[in-house]
Amino acid sequence: MAAKRPNQLFRNMNAKVSAIPMIVTALFVFVGGTAWTIVYSFTKSGLLPRMKWVGLDQYERLWGTKKWLVSIENLAIYGFSMLVLVFVIGFILAALLDQKIRFENSIRTIILYPYAMSFVVTGLVWQWILNPEFGIQNIMQNAGWQGFTFNPLYNPDIAIFGVLIAGLWQGSGLVMVLMLAGLRGIDQEVWKAARVDGIPAWKTYIFIVIPMMRPVFITTLVLVVTGIVKVFDLIVAQTGGGPGIATEVPAKYVYDMMFRNNNLGQGFAASTMMLVTVALVVVPWAMLEFGGKKKNG
Amino acid sequence: MKLTNKLLAATAIVSASASIANATELEVMHWWTSGGEAAAVAEFAKAFDATGHTWVDAAIAGGENARAVMVSRITGGDPMGAFQFNHGRQAEELIEAGLLRDITEIAEAEGWLDLVNPPSLLEACTVDGRVYCAPVNIHSWQWLWVSHKAFADAGLDVPANWAEFAASADALEAAGKIPMAMGQEGWQQSGAFNVMMASLLPSDIFLSVYGDKDADVAAGAEVASVFAAADAARSMSANSTVQNWNDATNLVITGQAGGQIMGDWAQGEFAVAGSVAGEDYSCLPGLGTNPRLSTGGDAFYFPVLDDAEQSAAQAELAALLLKPDVQVSFNLAKGSLPVRGDIDLSAANDCMQKGLALLADGALLPDPTMLITPDTVNQINTLFTEFFADSSISAADAQAEFAEIIADAE
Amino acid sequence: MADLSSTTLDGPRGPKPRRTFSRRNIFLYGTLLLVAIYYAIPLYVMIVTSLKGLPEIRLGNIFSPPVEVTFQPWVKAWGEACTGLNCEGLSSYFWNSVQITVPSVILSIIIASVNGYALANWRFKGANVFFTILIFGAFIPYQVMLYPIVIMLRELGLYGDLSGLVIVHTIFGMPILTLLFRNYFTSLPEELFKAARVDGAGFWGIYFRVLLPMSLPIFTVAVILQVTGIWNDFLFGVVYTGPEAYPMTVALNNIVNTTQGVKEYNVNMAATIITALVPLTIYFVSGKLFVRGIAAGAVKG
Repeated sequence: MAAKRPNQLFRNMNAKVSAIPMIVTALFVFVGGTAWTIVYSFTKSGLLPRMKWVGLDQYERLWGTKKWLVSIENLAIYGFSMLVLVFVIGFILAALLDQKIRFENSIRTIILYPYAMSFVVTGLVWQWILNPEFGIQNIMQNAGWQGFTFNPLYNPDIAIFGVLIAGLWQGSGLVMVLMLAGLRGIDQEVWKAARVDGIPAWKTYIFIVIPMMRPVFITTLVLVVTGIVKVFDLIVAQTGGGPGIATEVPAKYVYDMMFRNNNLGQGFAASTMMLVTVALVVVPWAMLEFGGKKKNG
Repeated sequence: MKLTNKLLAATAIVSASASIANATELEVMHWWTSGGEAAAVAEFAKAFDATGHTWVDAAIAGGENARAVMVSRITGGDPMGAFQFNHGRQAEELIEAGLLRDITEIAEAEGWLDLVNPPSLLEACTVDGRVYCAPVNIHSWQWLWVSHKAFADAGLDVPANWAEFAASADALEAAGKIPMAMGQEGWQQSGAFNVMMASLLPSDIFLSVYGDKDADVAAGAEVASVFAAADAARSMSANSTVQNWNDATNLVITGQAGGQIMGDWAQGEFAVAGSVAGEDYSCLPGLGTNPRLSTGGDAFYFPVLDDAEQSAAQAELAALLLKPDVQVSFNLAKGSLPVRGDIDLSAANDCMQKGLALLADGALLPDPTMLITPDTVNQINTLFTEFFADSSISAADAQAEFAEIIADAE
Repeated sequence: MADLSSTTLDGPRGPKPRRTFSRRNIFLYGTLLLVAIYYAIPLYVMIVTSLKGLPEIRLGNIFSPPVEVTFQPWVKAWGEACTGLNCEGLSSYFWNSVQITVPSVILSIIIASVNGYALANWRFKGANVFFTILIFGAFIPYQVMLYPIVIMLRELGLYGDLSGLVIVHTIFGMPILTLLFRNYFTSLPEELFKAARVDGAGFWGIYFRVLLPMSLPIFTVAVILQVTGIWNDFLFGVVYTGPEAYPMTVALNNIVNTTQGVKEYNVNMAATIITALVPLTIYFVSGKLFVRGIAAGAVKG
């Protein structure tokens, strides 16, 4: 090490050089792209991005459009249910798989495979399965259970939960694998100690194991929440936003406006609202979570 | 890899026989990807390759995807040689921005003004007196497909028009049938509504709503009667729990549903299922009430290219698309109607013949997409998908919202 | 806990199960069986449908096994389905997808791992600001970035080029991967790092000689995430390349997404399963590493 303190700028030079791709991406793509989107949300861009300034018109229309309001409500319902259930299911499945069971490999693969499947077609399959005429309801009724009704996709009040069923099917496998990995990382001594102290298994999970798994929860949380905010192809493939507009979501609103309605300005206004909301929540959280002293999170 | 080899081989052949000057590759983008559609595109490609040039095929299913690709490619400075679009108001902006080639000279040289029937097709390609696209086919929406089996099962005669069809709803339902099949997607539901607008009312009402964007007419008593019909259609299709149009058509084919309002492309599903028109099903243009068709369809547009050779090939392609033999072979494969009235299409089937006859009679309307922007089209789609999904929305409320959309339309 | 990769190697760590037909075991396996059925139903429907002829599918019982098994849909999906002019099904696009996926996966992982390393071990002033922006970037819907990226690639002269697409995949893989690697490297014992520095190793020396050898599991995790994401990508592949380089998902979309043509459900199902085979193979082959890798990375982070 050199005796003289090197210039601040050149300290850590290699790290700075190697971080150039990240810095460029962060500044030019994410900040630049976001700024570009915000600017064009004040224009009357149709099929092409064009600098025809219209002020807040796009936002007025946005907040006066029922489809957008329904989209937000749906995202809240879907997002909350998905977040809670995917963690609960993922964790419980992981805990079950962690009981030194037979066939762990096969079961884990069965639970994870949906993650690899394109939603264009699996959405259709879920449409069929949940269809009252030829899906589960039909099977149950043919089996003699005449009163059985299970028709989530065609009832506007609960259709979003029909989407949730497929969303959980696709997403919980990845969460399960992450959680399982987290459990495998817990020191065996912890379990031994808990057993010696006579603490029941469920208490050990909740009060000892889960707090120890905080980092894996953070990684999973980011993966799951980004998936929820961007949820779109699942909806397109499974319900197309219907029945009516009962399963519309913001990312689909953006897509519809941009590529179906040829109304880029409106799409940009909607995405600006999404990005601002995300920024208000994510930026302070990330600064707290990652910005502190080394060796956490 | 095989494709590349083929292309190379094709280029080799072309350059070997390159007595024709300047054989070029021209990329053509379209969204015809199903079996029948692909066969139809192949007819264009064959004819184009015969000129010595090479058709480089870029098929992308789905209009939204195609739009995203097209705008990106043009913005990115890497435009394709030609692309398919629905003629209509979608391309307006590209024309205003000077990104599309003016093919008026080709249109004049080929006599399109006299040939294209109905003339509204070429008008939809024309902005400020200049032609920007080549219409290639006609698809029409105004068909009621009726299942003979469903009506026989219910002990009814096959209806000949909308009124008879609507009147049989209760009897069909009593016989355990879904009176009307309807896919739960906005474009299908608003499509059915527009069919009713076109078929149940005099055409001047349709034109003043969609053509002049007259909100007063849209809020008026005549249009209210169409909303009443849509209300009836809503209760008739209440038990139709499918989303895709072809699943709905399948309900008609299998006799589980009485009928369906869908465009002429539904014909293909009946054909594949081995159903015979007149025996197993009937097709009623204009809902049988007012035999009249709106003429939508597809067209090709040509981005402005820098390369002189490519531009020349582009011009050749444009001219070729409307040649009589190309029109016949393409439209027979596609199941659509040709855009010129001077050609023989005796190979067409029953329902297509009905369409041709209407075309010859001039019982025609422009397609709404030619008159209103995609933004308005989709606002109307959203309105109807809400209306059909939620029986608590009254016809009057829906009409009020409809009139508002029309008032805002450009 | 110096040797993390070996402490996480061995099997399940939960409380030891009793080994009888206890009520507990019946409950455990019963639950897992039900869960496995729930997850497998869609795959079952897809496979059964892909083995039926169209007339049989029209009958509408999606759960019944095929009366007459036909492999024609699979043959058609792989080698005969027409998507536009090209009637070679998915097969002619397979190689394109490989050509896109391999460099994209490699480049995105190299860059993200170095980012994560710099963020974890060589934090410089402002590094966390960029990292926060990166995490924010993970939330941006892809469609929104489509046109700005077209403009950027055009200015760089990379639009329509395979390398442009590789860069785009690298950019959009960066947030999650960087998070993954950062957490992993932060979790490694600091003593290792300090010892290497005392020995005179520099930035790259430590990365290649100390960290890489003990990070194979986390790299496997990253490979799996990226292969799944990039192999299944449709939007970027179709927007940022030309027809000669379209990935397999474009063909899949063309086979599946026809609006006005006849819908061949059996071929659609077969095509979907075929397209998923590559990521599925990766899961299967690396299943064990996947678990071990995340354990080593995220848990200790």
